[in-house]
Amino acid sequence: MKTSLLAADARTKKRNAAEARFKAYGFAAIIVAMLALLILLTSVLGNGMSSFRQTYIALDVALPEEKLDKSGVRDLSVMSKVTTIGYAPILRNALLDALAAQGIETELSNKDIGNMISKEAAATVRNKVLANPDLVGQTVSFDVLASGRIDGYFKGRVTMESAALDGNTSPEALMIAQALADAGVMETKFNWNFFVWPDASDQRPEAAGLGVAILGSLYMMIVVLVLALPIGVASSIYLEEFAPKNRWTDLIEVNISNLAAVPSIVYGILGLAIFINFMEFNQSSPLVGGLVLTLMTLPTIIISTRAALKSVPPSIRDAALGVGASKMQSVFHHVLPLAAPGILTGTIIGLAQALGETAPLLLIGMVAFVREYPAAYTPESGLFGEASTALPVQVFNWTQRSDPAFVERASGAIITLLVFLLIMNAVAIYLRRRFERRW
Amino acid sequence: MSIMKLTATTAAIALMTTAAAARDNVQVAGSSTVLPYAAIVAEVFGENFDFPTPVVESGGSSAGLKRFCEGVGENTIDIANASRAIKSSEVEACAAAGVTDIIEVRIGYDGIVFASDINGNAFAFTPEDWYKALANEHFIDGALVPNTFTSWNEVNADFPDQPIQAFIPGTKHGTREVFEEKVILAGCEEGGFFQAMLDAGVDEDTAEGKCMAIRTDGRSVDIDGDYTETLARIEADTNGIGVFGLAFYENNTDKLQVATMSDVVPTTDSIAAGDYPVSRPLYFYIKAAHIGVIPGVKEFAEFFVSDDIAGPDGPLAEYGLVSDPELAKVQDTVSGEVVMGSGS
Repeated sequence: MKTSLLAADARTKKRNAAEARFKAYGFAAIIVAMLALLILLTSVLGNGMSSFRQTYIALDVALPEEKLDKSGVRDLSVMSKVTTIGYAPILRNALLDALAAQGIETELSNKDIGNMISKEAAATVRNKVLANPDLVGQTVSFDVLASGRIDGYFKGRVTMESAALDGNTSPEALMIAQALADAGVMETKFNWNFFVWPDASDQRPEAAGLGVAILGSLYMMIVVLVLALPIGVASSIYLEEFAPKNRWTDLIEVNISNLAAVPSIVYGILGLAIFINFMEFNQSSPLVGGLVLTLMTLPTIIISTRAALKSVPPSIRDAALGVGASKMQSVFHHVLPLAAPGILTGTIIGLAQALGETAPLLLIGMVAFVREYPAAYTPESGLFGEASTALPVQVFNWTQRSDPAFVERASGAIITLLVFLLIMNAVAIYLRRRFERRW
Repeated sequence: MSIMKLTATTAAIALMTTAAAARDNVQVAGSSTVLPYAAIVAEVFGENFDFPTPVVESGGSSAGLKRFCEGVGENTIDIANASRAIKSSEVEACAAAGVTDIIEVRIGYDGIVFASDINGNAFAFTPEDWYKALANEHFIDGALVPNTFTSWNEVNADFPDQPIQAFIPGTKHGTREVFEEKVILAGCEEGGFFQAMLDAGVDEDTAEGKCMAIRTDGRSVDIDGDYTETLARIEADTNGIGVFGLAFYENNTDKLQVATMSDVVPTTDSIAAGDYPVSRPLYFYIKAAHIGVIPGVKEFAEFFVSDDIAGPDGPLAEYGLVSDPELAKVQDTVSGEVVMGSGS
């Protein structure tokens, strides 16, 4: 039977239909993946963008001598006896004065008005006074943090309805806050401190920041980079270029591939046993964290480095050897530079993986409440030996806090972490585009 | 061979740091219930004293005490937080590792409350209601029969017709133990079920075990995470009733309503007075050998139990801790470094 070439026969139709179906499935799969990403991003951004803004109150604080330095001699050791608990009423009075100056009247008790100011504010003022004792007796302007609930009101997290049910604030307090904001005394502005300040306790979510976590993550990445890159590259060069192909190298190769698939928490157990219990490095220190993450990242770096070395054509090596170069010269002068973009990409991907890792850090004590900025080096605790946390750990910590304001903080930390990962991946892509050679 | 040199140098530096590993900050680990309190104190301690802010880890009472008992030395923790008293087996483990002098400090009491969605039905429970609702098997007419209750009005005719759905702490939490003992077992005894089992010839341990066995048909869900997870489950299923710490509830009063237990509303006052039945003491344990070695250990402990902090008007009480009526005695224990077992 003759058929027209233009009219498809049954079999062709069936094949075309199958192809169309497959394309539809593939498209649907992409849509699902994109939707999942979109939902994730909207939820994180929706919850977290507000953490980059913070409400401050501009207060003129009178620093009475009879409260802060009874002796009047400005002796720091005596003045430091007045704790932040003693500074709180001074701030409360300043806020009461501000209310009176603006003509805002309220039935709220003085204690409840005091609670509109963050507990962190007392520490801010105290540190300033101790740093400059001459301020005592004067009236000084401070930009102090508003409490978490008040801050939440300006971000839409706390409403009049929820405040009525809330034991920690009241609609009256929110009305005062609104009046102060209208008068320009209270202002919600961009919050650099979120990236600078250390973690804060459950009572002051408004003061919690990522400072310690970012430093800790940075230190760990330095340790990982300095250890994993040379060890990883040296072992891949040896395995790929110099090692004889026998059962032993096969065994090593299989083991490296297996190590890459080992759950990360196992490295945490290993780190606890070796680095903390046996070698007696400090707990919670970025050094131990970095070492553990190095072990975790090594297989990734070795595998990607070997792939990069493999992709350099043998003709390059043959040409180098042909003109009389030694094996080492051919590797270091020709193969390694050509493989460098691939190695760097692999390293950055490995680092990004290490940056987002929480599980192994749980076991070495990095999932902790740390407020002191870790120093890179101190004679007592050595290199990277001071306690710190890390970015993903901070997310984990904050999601466990009872104050709802920490939800926003946690999402903000996730956004920060994502931005770091995005930057690292962008660098990897750039390096690959820029230096990649094709044959 | 610059790469090799670099590797060798870094390895050398890493090894050098081992030689000098001393620490100047207090390290605390343990109960996740005590964590927020310890963090609050650490924060205020750090900003008011010349010592660095202590590092506070969570991980659970048992894990904390285990690390506490690893030995004496700078790479072990100084203070363990616990939501229960240390067990004699743990004291022995400590002694075996050289940790012989332990100071026990009770910081106050923690209430365990039952809360449900703010827009749902209000409940006034008794322990017996919870036993009836959650027991795996009921002892009826001399035999154990599986629990078939599916709605709260079957448990107690006064309750609304709301499906039974409870979110209780998982077995790794110290809170679970308190829940089983002070609610389920107490309910079993109050309702006379325990006595009935004994009368039927069941031995005491078995009867206790049967009383505390929680049903596993999905009406009661173990939450292994923290209270934020319980809250999320209740927000998703508004029929659910969850077990929370008092402090968590007080921070989320706009989302949760609390149920009374034996007609007592849980507040720091009713718990301090001993009227509210479901509460437990919170502790921390100090390694006496570290006092004077690690700077700030004793100062931190003294500050923790001072009237300004742990007293009824302090920040801990504000956050939800029921302050200890015998705080002065606790302060003496800390300042006198009275170790456990010294007959005080």
